[in-house]
Amino acid sequence: MCLAVPVKIVSIDGDDAETEIAGVRRRVSIALTPEAKVGDYVLLHTGYAIGVIDEAEAEETLKLLEEIASLSEVH
Amino acid sequence: MEFCGGHTHTILRYGIRQLVPKTVEMRSGPGCPVCVTATADLDKAIALAHLPDVIITTFGDMIRVPGSYSSLQQAKAEGADVRIVYSTIDAIDIAEANPEKSVIFIGIGFETTAPTIAASILKAQQEKIENFYVLSLNKLTPPVMKALLDSGELKLDGIIGPGHVSVIIGSHPYEFIPRDYGVACVISGFEPLDILLCIDKLAEQIEKGEPKVEIAYPRGVRPEGNRKAWQLTENVFEIGEANWRGIGIIPQSGLKIRGKYERFDADKAFSVSLKPPREPKGCRCGDIIRGAAMPLECKLFRKVCTPESPVGPCMVSSEGACAAYYQYGAL
Repeated sequence: MCLAVPVKIVSIDGDDAETEIAGVRRRVSIALTPEAKVGDYVLLHTGYAIGVIDEAEAEETLKLLEEIASLSEVH
Repeated sequence: MEFCGGHTHTILRYGIRQLVPKTVEMRSGPGCPVCVTATADLDKAIALAHLPDVIITTFGDMIRVPGSYSSLQQAKAEGADVRIVYSTIDAIDIAEANPEKSVIFIGIGFETTAPTIAASILKAQQEKIENFYVLSLNKLTPPVMKALLDSGELKLDGIIGPGHVSVIIGSHPYEFIPRDYGVACVISGFEPLDILLCIDKLAEQIEKGEPKVEIAYPRGVRPEGNRKAWQLTENVFEIGEANWRGIGIIPQSGLKIRGKYERFDADKAFSVSLKPPREPKGCRCGDIIRGAAMPLECKLFRKVCTPESPVGPCMVSSEGACAAYYQYGAL
């Protein structure tokens, strides 16, 4: 129920946005994230964007996760 | 304890229980909205479905959960109009397309979902959709964590905090966990490596004896949360008591529709008479929700209770602990 997936905003029309993930497009409400801009990744939950993903933090975490993954390969 | 059912599924699916040292015991918590819906509330939803000219709209997992005497699925088979929706937006669309019917949305979920339900009520008001109602069964996560910690039933060392609830409410509402109970709390994302990172941070806090609230999901969660979404929620809802399956009534743990929006409140607009609720015999969902029992300790698990023929909600919901243990066969 608390499932949320990251989707990328392609265009915005008022409180609605066209989003895309892996080639699939979906219209979602951005009423809860008015700060969202075209090109942002948002967390999509039951048709609503509930948060904008912080790209710098995402990259930081990705690096950390890659480090963990490489560690488990060594052992 | 991982609070969130989504985390339970990642942990089981990727074999994280087997990956971590034997000294780390993982318990599933109450973070499955379908599972914690009280049988009496489910019975009410089923009774509403049987009213004339009513369309029930609900998230998919709810319809298969057995109530005391029936289920929404059974009500549908008996002729009630019960429709699965992906979003409250779909429920509003159904209300608009069926002005002669009353469309009731069964509002389950935690803080992640509450803002979307609040937004639907505001939209219905703005667009003058007068046949849309919400049965508000929304619940709040910090009060149930407090109730579990107060009960002393489990001696928890750390809590894996719910990632998407925290996108909305931030990390501050969990500060009482390390402060008052000395328990570590790290908010996690949902990828398997996110959870390993979270467990690592929890272990570090516990080893150092310095429990605190940490965010291991900073790409999604900010300490202050999504203020706009929570303001909207507080505009529509006020905090009241809620009935939790397996736990009972917890004060200040649920969301009720405020008086100014009461015309959307299914509790006020409809009255149904209910027989006393009864729990399915032998089902240990209540204990499993509290982390007091593991799915494999339930005598019905896999023998009588399966995803095809579930006895309790923990086997129905895609976030239920029993469904995860059944699907991924973990020991």
